[in-house]
Amino acid sequence: MDTDIVAEDQAILDDIALRLSDFGRERGNLIPILQMIQQRHAYLSPGSIKMVAEYLEIPTCEVYGVATFYNQFRFHPPGKHHIKVCLGTACHVKGGDIILENFERKLGIKDGETTPDKEFSMERVACVGCCALAPVVVVDEDVNGHVAPSKVEGIVLGFQIEKERQEREKQENESG
Amino acid sequence: MVKLLVDNIEVEVDEGKNLLQACLDNDIYIPNLCYIDGINRVSASCRLCFVDIEGVDQPVTSCTVRVEEGMVVKTDTPPVRRLQRTALQLLLSVHVVDCGHCPANKKCELQRIARFLKIGLKPKRLEQFLKEPGIDTDHPFLDYYPNRCVLCGRCVHVCRNSRERSFLAFARRGFDTIISFYGENEAPDLSCGDCFACVEICPVGALVPKEKEVP
Repeated sequence: MDTDIVAEDQAILDDIALRLSDFGRERGNLIPILQMIQQRHAYLSPGSIKMVAEYLEIPTCEVYGVATFYNQFRFHPPGKHHIKVCLGTACHVKGGDIILENFERKLGIKDGETTPDKEFSMERVACVGCCALAPVVVVDEDVNGHVAPSKVEGIVLGFQIEKERQEREKQENESG
Repeated sequence: MVKLLVDNIEVEVDEGKNLLQACLDNDIYIPNLCYIDGINRVSASCRLCFVDIEGVDQPVTSCTVRVEEGMVVKTDTPPVRRLQRTALQLLLSVHVVDCGHCPANKKCELQRIARFLKIGLKPKRLEQFLKEPGIDTDHPFLDYYPNRCVLCGRCVHVCRNSRERSFLAFARRGFDTIISFYGENEAPDLSCGDCFACVEICPVGALVPKEKEVP
């Protein structure tokens, strides 16, 4: 498992190294480069931040500073299921922060992070456009309205049961 | 040389000099945190060095003004004080007031400015808002306390100046803003152990040398 992750990281870095030559080494190219990495690999790994810093000859901490300033950059790989908790005005008023806290506790991760098994990742968003259903949670492509703490349990449990079912089927197929 | 009138005292300074520096050089104190002498582009981020200038409608930050012949400046008008007190209270609302356990106690700029502006260190009208975690111990030579930090940026500046490249930078945004060593604390040739310029220039006690482990 660990070797898989290392190989994956290396593949990402190799890909970035190839593409970096499309950019000049001016400071002004920092954000375009970060956007390119985010677009191709969905997140900025510590290794890729370091690589960009070396390429542009900017301190690593400055690259990190710029990247953390903008909401569009993520620092954890996306999970299999991506949970977006809305904290727009209507959802905020209806207790969206409580829902976010519920997910944080249930999954053991904070806003913007990914569970260690890479099943779930979570982020807070500002308005998904259906305020009448507040508080709203978007899981992958499904919109869940009027979310209550019990529904949070239900959503996570649903995916876990589904995963167990798939594993069981896989085992049955192998044995049968 | 140009002549200007500050609080009814005539002072003579070099033309084009920074107004804040000109006042400080002439023993006229104006509260300030983020200003660094000799810097070309001031950040003007602490919002404490306001003054009233005759002919200008509203108070202005003195660190962004160059002196001119015949300028009439007042440093203690009610609008100026009001802005300064609010700015300081906003800083204190994100500051953990635990002076007894802080190495900067008694030499802290915040204490000095609070005394100067006659406000308490725990302003009641603003909610306290602290960051988690309250300490960053990732650096091999330094500890960073985000809830003491006033985000003046002096450490970032001094580090860049004395080391050719900065080993510190601002990270994140808004209330979450911190000073970060990200990626720099692993450098094998890190020479912070002989420098500590950032610790020296910090107006509060946000950066502290790590206590040496007893072998």
